[in-house]
Amino acid sequence: MFYREAGDFSTTYAQDQQTFPIKFDRYRYYAVLFVALFVIPFVVNDYWVNSLFMPFLIYAIAAIGLNILVGYCGQVSLGTGGFMAVGAYASYKLMTAFPDVSMFIHVLLAGVITAGVGVLFGLPSLRIKGFYLAVATLAAQFFLVWLFNRVPWFYNYSASGQISAPERDTFGILITGANTQAWATYTFCLIFTIFSAIVARNLTRGSVGRKWMAIRDMDIAAEIIGVNPLRAKLTAFAVSSFFIGISGALFFAIYLGAVEVGEVFGITKSFLVLFMIIIGGLGSIFGSFAGAAFLVLLPVLLKIVGVDWLGWPTDIVAHLQLVIVGALIIVFLIAEPHGLAQLWRVAKEKLRLWPFPH
Amino acid sequence: MPEQLAFTIEVFLNGLMAGVLYALVALGFVLIYKASGIFNYAQGVMALFAALTLVGIIDGQVPFYHLINAIFGTDIHYFGWKVNSLVAIVVTMLVMIALAWMVQRFVFRHLVGQEPIILFMATIGLAYFLEGVGDLMWGSEIKTLDVGLPQGINATIDEATFNLTGYGFFIDNLDIIASIVAAVLVIVLVLFAQYTKQGRAMRAVADDHQAALSVGVSLNFIWILVWSLAGFVALVAGIMWGTKSGVQFSLSLIALKALPVLMLGGFTSIPGAIVGGLIIGVGEKLFEFLIGAPFLGGATENWFAYMLALVFLVFRPQGLFGEKIIERV
Repeated sequence: MFYREAGDFSTTYAQDQQTFPIKFDRYRYYAVLFVALFVIPFVVNDYWVNSLFMPFLIYAIAAIGLNILVGYCGQVSLGTGGFMAVGAYASYKLMTAFPDVSMFIHVLLAGVITAGVGVLFGLPSLRIKGFYLAVATLAAQFFLVWLFNRVPWFYNYSASGQISAPERDTFGILITGANTQAWATYTFCLIFTIFSAIVARNLTRGSVGRKWMAIRDMDIAAEIIGVNPLRAKLTAFAVSSFFIGISGALFFAIYLGAVEVGEVFGITKSFLVLFMIIIGGLGSIFGSFAGAAFLVLLPVLLKIVGVDWLGWPTDIVAHLQLVIVGALIIVFLIAEPHGLAQLWRVAKEKLRLWPFPH
Repeated sequence: MPEQLAFTIEVFLNGLMAGVLYALVALGFVLIYKASGIFNYAQGVMALFAALTLVGIIDGQVPFYHLINAIFGTDIHYFGWKVNSLVAIVVTMLVMIALAWMVQRFVFRHLVGQEPIILFMATIGLAYFLEGVGDLMWGSEIKTLDVGLPQGINATIDEATFNLTGYGFFIDNLDIIASIVAAVLVIVLVLFAQYTKQGRAMRAVADDHQAALSVGVSLNFIWILVWSLAGFVALVAGIMWGTKSGVQFSLSLIALKALPVLMLGGFTSIPGAIVGGLIIGVGEKLFEFLIGAPFLGGATENWFAYMLALVFLVFRPQGLFGEKIIERV
């Protein structure tokens, strides 16, 4: 009834190619942006930001990054945790070396550095494919975590081997450290999330994205029709690592504040982000958000139901969570391999024909 | 004989033993991969699950006692009996066969014909599921597993090498037994695959699902058989590793150690798994001893195997013994 393209005429090519061609979608998008930018910052408190919004926003960036590599370019990576660690340590070194520079620049630079490291570990992808590549990216995971654990230069020779974020600001507003305000950290992360989503969306529907998808669907055929696999794969690794680096930097500097690398950026983190994009939907930006939201909400909900309502011990709930996540992965792969994003697409398709589906 | 050389040889031998244990886990991967094209990430968790079940049965633990106590407010832990190790192993094997049936019935039957990478991710989900179920069933505290395998330094080797070189080598009895078991297991598996009816059917399925189906091989049965075999290998690996370092979560991480072994040896080759395991075992121990510990700050064992496999793969993408990869449009 209200969800129609009828009557919504495009008069320019730009209008024809916009991300949300249906008017209702477009207004919904603006409404979400408005609420996220101008309503939530004024009403949030520490609990909401720290337990829901910040992890969601940061994981969404990581999921977008991994989705570009796995969902769009078809190169399975299990090294996400390691690349997030690169982002975290890069931002730490930058923060301590240049205290006067704005955090915006530090986070972006951390992303650029991670992109470089990502390209380095992406080089074998030109020779190695499929499982072999998935396992090869584990080399990045273990090597990077070991490196940050063992080389004192990376953690500035601190006695504990941890890194902790000093107080830094941007435009005079405190962003990192202990004395931040909820709205400031929230808005800071939100800006990066919006930026990542817009960049990723426009990259994936442009010529770069089409090349990635050609490589994903069949690399030899893509090569024959003139896609340069070297360039396509390495740009995918670079862009993906750039986003993952940003999310790692935010995860360390804004969200946690102090990090022990083996604990925070271990292989479980790689799997968590991979699960997000499987549940959310491979090859979909919306899916990255949906998956991140789902896996951030699930433990919170389980904790509320299991520990607070039923009064079970926390370790049982933690184990149940493993069971549920594992089962969900399998159920999604069987029932809907394209994840939540596909459910959303089907729902929209139904809605367009509603109430006269024939 | 100079001290340093003796040390190096000792490290080399211990590396060989560790390599055998890696190969044992890798074997389970190869079996499933060859017969169904599934890269089973859950192999390590299966080993953990098998070891947990074995300990639980030997000690007479009540399954899910933790959960039952939480729901019904009871306070039960043990049945109050001890089960003979051999009986417990047989029962555990039955549990692993039931698990194989369930995995086949509820997961992979619905995923036939999907892309390999989807199947791989399904096994990651399976790994999480099994880990959670194992913990819920038997509790997550560290347990000791004792099925009567000898442990500790082998006195004969210690004495013989001391008389020979003036320095007694430290070789664990358990490692020796593990190597013998692994060797026997490999021989049995190869004979099984080559000379029995089921083994031939297994290879036929590995070669071409549809052709095998059309000449009357039951895919369902073969896949359950293969998962049971993998469960058996996981049980053996679980017993060895569990006796060595206790039954705990880190047991499932041996799967991660087996992955570079597979890359090196090739996913489809049983001898490859053995040779790869030995190379990785010796390589990482020697690297840690000669370069890692003195110069790089130690703990290089975490990544050395992966780096070795990575560098190796760049030159030979199908692994040492893997079948040549032929790609067509």
